[in-house]
Amino acid sequence: MKPQINHRTLTHLRALEAEGIHIIREVAAEFQKPVMLYSIGKDSSVMVRLAQKAFHPGKIPFPLLHIDTTYKFQEMIEFRDKFCASIGAQLIVHTNTRAIADGANPFRLGTQKCCALLKTRALLDALAEGGFDAAFGGARRDEEKSRAKERVYSFRDSFGQWDPKNQRPELWNLFNSRIDKGESIRVFPLSNWTELDVWHYIYLENIPIVPMYFAKPREMVVRDDQLITLEHDMPLRPGEKTQMVMSRMRSLGCTYCTGAIRSEADTLPKIIEEMIQFRRSERENRVIDHDQEGSMELKKREGYF
Amino acid sequence: MTAAVQETQASDWLDSTAQTELLRLTTAGSVDDGKSTLIGRLLYDSKGVYEDQLASVRKATRNLTTGGLDLSLLTDGLRAEREQGITIDVAYRYFATPKRKFIIADTPGHEQYTRNMATGASTANLAVILIDARYGVLPQSRRHAYIATLLGIPHLTVTVNKMDLVDYREEVFTAIRDEFTAFAQQLKPRDLCFIPISALKGDNVVEHSARMPWYYGPTLLEHLETVPIAEDRNFSEMRFPVQYVIRPNLDFRGFAGQMASGVLRRGDAVTVLPSGRTSRVKSIVTWDGELEEAFPPMSVTVCLEDEIDISRGDMLVPAADGPHVGRRFEATVVWMNQKPLEAHRPYLLKQTTQLVQARAREIRHRVDINTLGHQRASELQLNEIGVVSIEAQRPIFFDAYTRNRTTGGFILIDPISNETLGAGMIVGPDTWRPSGPVTPAERLARIGHRPYLVRLAHADAEMARLIERHLFDQGYLVHVIEEPEHLAQAIRTAFSAGMVALLFGAAAEDPATLRAGLPSEQTVALDRAQFDDDRALLRALVAAMAGGAAGNVPLTDGAGI
Repeated sequence: MKPQINHRTLTHLRALEAEGIHIIREVAAEFQKPVMLYSIGKDSSVMVRLAQKAFHPGKIPFPLLHIDTTYKFQEMIEFRDKFCASIGAQLIVHTNTRAIADGANPFRLGTQKCCALLKTRALLDALAEGGFDAAFGGARRDEEKSRAKERVYSFRDSFGQWDPKNQRPELWNLFNSRIDKGESIRVFPLSNWTELDVWHYIYLENIPIVPMYFAKPREMVVRDDQLITLEHDMPLRPGEKTQMVMSRMRSLGCTYCTGAIRSEADTLPKIIEEMIQFRRSERENRVIDHDQEGSMELKKREGYF
Repeated sequence: MTAAVQETQASDWLDSTAQTELLRLTTAGSVDDGKSTLIGRLLYDSKGVYEDQLASVRKATRNLTTGGLDLSLLTDGLRAEREQGITIDVAYRYFATPKRKFIIADTPGHEQYTRNMATGASTANLAVILIDARYGVLPQSRRHAYIATLLGIPHLTVTVNKMDLVDYREEVFTAIRDEFTAFAQQLKPRDLCFIPISALKGDNVVEHSARMPWYYGPTLLEHLETVPIAEDRNFSEMRFPVQYVIRPNLDFRGFAGQMASGVLRRGDAVTVLPSGRTSRVKSIVTWDGELEEAFPPMSVTVCLEDEIDISRGDMLVPAADGPHVGRRFEATVVWMNQKPLEAHRPYLLKQTTQLVQARAREIRHRVDINTLGHQRASELQLNEIGVVSIEAQRPIFFDAYTRNRTTGGFILIDPISNETLGAGMIVGPDTWRPSGPVTPAERLARIGHRPYLVRLAHADAEMARLIERHLFDQGYLVHVIEEPEHLAQAIRTAFSAGMVALLFGAAAEDPATLRAGLPSEQTVALDRAQFDDDRALLRALVAAMAGGAAGNVPLTDGAGI
């Protein structure tokens, strides 16, 4: 850590870190069976680091849960398995195998329905099967408008649904963890972090992340102004051709729905510099948030993170 | 530009911003005084708005045909709000300048949303209060200032907005400043300042205004970037609430928590509450290595020299200068639920890392948030504020909220619905002590119902026990009387102790019950033979005791029997 602003003042990142650790410990202390959603992305990587710090020198006292749609990038899965083994974390992988067997994919169902089955439904099933009463997510309030009103502790009814009109007031750092059987709480320790904070923290802490965040020449299809990668035999539209594009991912999702950006940024400082210069919201490149006005809010009401 | 040069610049930036301080602010204003526009202006002018978010605002603005770029749409989030055209909940916004990073808790300013303002204010260093230059100091301006100071925000910044609509006249600004200053003397804010602005035109928000040459002070953003906040924290009284015990193996036992106040150093002598045991700090452990000292808001793990039994909810404090330890205290409560706060109802109280059962003993007064006058009150309704005497079931460790926002703040939770009902700021220990013999009113307050004599004709002992069990489970203090020798005396004793006395069989008919001389409205006589089953009888009994004539606290409507 660099010298501090003045004696006994935490920098904004250390203050956010302390807040996140407090939240994670509070959940571990007050819930019967917490779980941490692990999406393999940069936000998850920061959240897991906070959990490691929260219980040091002990291990993270709850499992990590990955909802695998089976359409994730191969590099993500490899990274996941290696990373979880290296920190000694317990990893649960859950897939909506029935929907996959029925042939669920975004081309047949559209992105909304595909997400509903492979992410939202799969998540709700995994939480119910595991009997988890609290689930950490790496969502940040600066990601999207409806997230700006999300509490740190987001109450979900027994159907896993969020009611934005009826949220519990949240004051100071006093969180209300009381729930009835079947109900649960989603917990967002990174609520107050911005995308820049996340990158900055990864840089300062030297946190390992999936190599796809770094630019290199990749085989891509350019479609509707978005760069789409070729994995899982993605069908090409008539007249489409692939090309090698120097590019990287700004956020990681399913292969079909995650666009890459053209970029030369192959180191963390370059990624951060790129972000300061471009200042484009990362979610611009995720197709799912554009499919309907206020679409993230609708997904959340249904139980999506 | 070569890659090497680029990297150097980014690292420079990373190093300089690594030292950015965090300032949390709350904004309060009425529907039309331009709060959303002001925040939009801060975000927009400080280049915190991402380009594609701007693009979608331009689209939405066209839909509403208001023309131009409506900055307020940057902040109005949820669908329902967009339809109603107002902000209805606390929304958090983020922006940064090279000097500081900011978190804005954007709260609606209507009367009925006091709870949201209190929520946003609870963590803020600074409150921005908006006043419309055309209308001057309105009741809601006073209300916002009151709630901001009540929640302990040290810095109040009054922005007199829409100066463009009063031709940027200095005397308009001066009159509002003087009126607000006079009012604020009652509140005693630590720091109060005034800035004339136009959020719409951008005057004095980020850039200095050429149209108000008479104003020499900072712009709003300059003020936010420079107001000193480091000294607002309490560094003098060490409080470390234990949150979690970390015990990975037999050789390590650490107490994890976040520093609430003060400074904790390696080697310091500490006292553990509530046990009172003492020890010394062996080490302050973090993932990044051991520390010589910890201060708020650090999250650390503390190891002690001695093996002491410590668990969540305990607190490490200095040997001298500890917090108050007690079950009774007085607090200012902001009520946030449709169901009013009433004395004697059971609540759960969460303060630091403790969760305890608690009751309001008495509402001392309600505060009129427009005049700050005191009113008598028997309950606090949604969005009302009052001073309440609270009794916890076991001692908590607390300080006055004005000294310590962490150990002085608490929330109240409904043990049945689990909702967060209200928030409290502790004033201090409840010094009020009743004297003289215990009165029937005090018994009523403690027990929650009046004493009754219940005579059950055609009932046997088994049935009386069953009814006793049902009433007891519903919160009644109840006892079956089985002393035929001294019946009248037994009844009188149970009655004066405040209990529900149950008589069955022959005793229920005994004339001795009349000789006990009890008030007839607190006597219930029921004949088992007149009811179809036990449940019907129980319902009738509960209804009779809950009746208005007897005036007891209705613990149940009998529906759940």
